[in-house]
Amino acid sequence: MSEETLQVFIDGAVRFFEHTNDKEVKVGTPYLVENNNPAAYDLTGIIGISGPCRGCVYFTAPRILLKHLLLSIGETDTRGEHLFDLVGEVANTISGNARTTFGHEFTISVPIMLEGAPSHIHLPENLRSYVIPIYWKAYHAAVVICLDV
Amino acid sequence: MLSLMIVDDSNIIRRKIERGNDAKKFKVVATAANGVEAIECFVATRPDVVTMDLTMPEMDGIACIQQLMALDAGVRILVVSALSDKATGIAALKQGARGFLCKPFTDKQLTDALVELTEDDYV
Repeated sequence: MSEETLQVFIDGAVRFFEHTNDKEVKVGTPYLVENNNPAAYDLTGIIGISGPCRGCVYFTAPRILLKHLLLSIGETDTRGEHLFDLVGEVANTISGNARTTFGHEFTISVPIMLEGAPSHIHLPENLRSYVIPIYWKAYHAAVVICLDV
Repeated sequence: MLSLMIVDDSNIIRRKIERGNDAKKFKVVATAANGVEAIECFVATRPDVVTMDLTMPEMDGIACIQQLMALDAGVRILVVSALSDKATGIAALKQGARGFLCKPFTDKQLTDALVELTEDDYV
């Protein structure tokens, strides 16, 4: 995967956080992981990608980050279902925004939300993923890219 | 006052739009989580204005816009979507949408987009 491709997703993640009330977000150095040991926090929102690129993009974060992120976009109801909703919406926004660069053939699914790491159904074990660390407030999260490009 | 229907599969985005629109100009009469629900709500409430997500289960936004336009060619539809490529925007406009707001968005961007969509009502 090229640096330019990774940058598209980095920019998407930064753009999302810049639209909150706590705009200061930092991005760590991306790194590769084997899919048999995927990066994951408490909740994960996965977007399946089809078209010329195939695979998935996911956003994973601890519940506490998602609670603060909800408050930061003006949502005061931080019950569990809204945390799931938000983790899916972040993944959807980052993936959808990537179409500015990749075009309309970069087809994205509706989000799938789950606790913990994606299973091998979403993340083929014989492939590797790029992890983009996200630092916001005192919390860590990650955008993870597994695409055959 | 114009009636508004909000269509998005994310409850937090529906609530954000509900909070963020100008309550002096719009009254939210319906919310829907997919295109099928949106058609049912539209028939029941006949809103003047619709905000429409594109990537949704059951029926996506482009198909829903097509059906809403068949029911009422005068309805003003603002697409609110993360799909940021030009081709998608053009496809939505071709089906009858009148504006496009890319996610993520601020309350001001939402208000401005809704004002632009309905400015004929305030001339």
